[in-house]
Amino acid sequence: MSGTFVGMPAFPVAARQAVGNETLRGNLRHATHTIRDKRARAVAELDDWAALREAGKQIKDHTLRHLDRYLVQVEEAVTAAGGTVHWAADADEANEIVARLVEETGESEVVKVKSMATQEIALNEALEARGIHAYETDLAELIVQLGKDRPSHILVPAIHRNRGEIRDIFRSEMSEWGRPAPEGLTDTPAELAEAARLHLREKFLRAKVGISGANFVVAETGTLVVVESEGNGRMCLTLPETLISVVGIEKIVPRWQDLEVFLQTLPRSSTAERMNPYTSMWTGTTGEDGPRTFHLVLLDNGRTDTLADEVGRQALRCIRCSACLNVCPVYERAGGHAYGSVYPGPIGAILSPQLRGTKSEIDASLPYASSLCGACYEVCPVAIDIPEVLVHLRERVVQGGPAVRGGNRVVLKPAKGHAAERAAMRAAQWAFTHPGALRTGQRLASRTRRLHPRTLPGPGRAWSGTRDLPAVPAEPFRDWWQRTRGGKDGAK
Amino acid sequence: MNSRERILGRVRRALADVPDDARPYEEAVARDYLREHGQRSVARTVDLLAENLADYRALVHRCTDGELPELVARLLAAHGSGSVVVPPGLPTGWLRAVDATLVQDSAASTAPELDRVDSVVTGCAVAVAETGTIVLDGSPDQGRRRITLVPDHHVCVVRVPGQVVSSVPEALERLDPARPLTWISGPSATSDIELDRVEGVHGPRTLEVVLLSGS
Ligand code: SF4
Repeated sequence: MSGTFVGMPAFPVAARQAVGNETLRGNLRHATHTIRDKRARAVAELDDWAALREAGKQIKDHTLRHLDRYLVQVEEAVTAAGGTVHWAADADEANEIVARLVEETGESEVVKVKSMATQEIALNEALEARGIHAYETDLAELIVQLGKDRPSHILVPAIHRNRGEIRDIFRSEMSEWGRPAPEGLTDTPAELAEAARLHLREKFLRAKVGISGANFVVAETGTLVVVESEGNGRMCLTLPETLISVVGIEKIVPRWQDLEVFLQTLPRSSTAERMNPYTSMWTGTTGEDGPRTFHLVLLDNGRTDTLADEVGRQALRCIRCSACLNVCPVYERAGGHAYGSVYPGPIGAILSPQLRGTKSEIDASLPYASSLCGACYEVCPVAIDIPEVLVHLRERVVQGGPAVRGGNRVVLKPAKGHAAERAAMRAAQWAFTHPGALRTGQRLASRTRRLHPRTLPGPGRAWSGTRDLPAVPAEPFRDWWQRTRGGKDGAK
Repeated sequence: MNSRERILGRVRRALADVPDDARPYEEAVARDYLREHGQRSVARTVDLLAENLADYRALVHRCTDGELPELVARLLAAHGSGSVVVPPGLPTGWLRAVDATLVQDSAASTAPELDRVDSVVTGCAVAVAETGTIVLDGSPDQGRRRITLVPDHHVCVVRVPGQVVSSVPEALERLDPARPLTWISGPSATSDIELDRVEGVHGPRTLEVVLLSGS
């Protein structure tokens, strides 16, 4: 994965700034709660939800287990259907392939469907450096691009902006890029959407090259699937002469039939709809209908490293529905930018440090961007145990250990700046293996609890600076258990 | 070593620790979810389709074969359409009563030309009751994907009950993955601005679905 957002501070610092931003918190709270409540109703309509979730998990696990075979099958099927397949080991290689393909068309403008993979590799910036302008056509992505901003949510990237801010961005920036915003533009969502429609239509009608990602790739047929709402996806997938799709290797499903699971779980989990307004499926090229030239770029960029981690590989099941963001109490308060990555929220906290490694301060801090409340696991339509992976990655950050980076086995050193955690872990380990000391320590802590400071002194300050210290109970658990035998005696 | 070999090699090494799972695909996935949700009569399935289409703000009409030409003409007139694009294999009788200029779609027609057309009338491949979805597969009565995308008004005729299925699994069974497929559930919509739903950012802002039953 190309670096973190430039100049991004570690999660605790970024989060503290974000938590102080009243507008941001208001926008986010409204948005996450609205989607969350609607989602629960949409899911409740299907009484086989648990079975669909389990099937989704099994399909993805099976695919990952045999990924080499399915990758080759995808290549064969797409080629047979008239497409060309390219393989990109990392972001630089993927960007190079796409830039070259665009240059071969002689064009210097491309239209883009919202895609996490191309954001992950910073494709727009790489194309810009080669003199190619990439236009984002999803309304939220347009808002982000015009505002020279960063996306903050997987599904609604401009969720941190309210209507007034969006109007101001349209008024001041649209003319820089093409058709200006209409005179007297107000901040009603309908007018703002209309302004975007007019501005973008100009680009769609003349575009010769489209760039997309895909939600799914079917190995047996070579079919790609893009799920969307606005129709900008359909525009980019069908009007241009050349289509280039950049797709992470974890997006494969083995069979056509597998779509029946994900087309039921994805829309309900993400936008809380029975079905999203538009889904496009294409298999190579089709004569006069749609692009004459189709390229599929299969992207690794840290995915095989993630696959090598026994606990962490389950993150590759993710179908990017964003349900975990909307239920996360940490995301709700900190916002997406604090995660310093295109993948925010709980999934970002486990995916980014695996794709990019934990060398940088922000990546080392991401596994801590969670309260481990488990809500993300509950909603996940492919049952990724995000808390389990978080704990696993925390251990990795603090203690180091074997991992795979860039396809090579390495032994990671403990990350810098986590000395306090390491000391605490060691102390805990010692205490747990010396039960007598633990008992004494707990009793002492209980008796002195009124005297405990809110922050820790010395090396502990770094730890308590980002957490409120838990209150110590009036009586240690062990003593309570001995006294009441687990409450069986009726004593409280 | 090229990137293809490098990636495949990394995948194989990454999986070296996993016990060999020789279970075939058919056994690896438990498909004990439902083929459809609830037991319904055919008529009730069609009703459910109508309800779910309307819930996503498509305009739903019902008519018989004999009434169709009048209905289509009325819908286009009510929309104020001066021109309508026609897929090559649309049954000719459907547009018999229409006043507007008929534009035959052809490979030579450009996107800016299509942008000047007001409406499009098509058939469909299959419709899904539980989700309120119509699916187009590029057959001659539906035409290329672009003609149902650029004009602002789409009239889609669904033969009931023949083209209606209950659920997503049943729909996939009927579709051919080799064709270009477009699943449409209500008109184009966005919720990107404070999660207020706005219709028609890029696709047709008005979707009218005609449920056509044999006379
Ligand atoms: S981790 Fe699960 S809940 Fe979160 S985005 Fe991915 S699939 Fe959705």
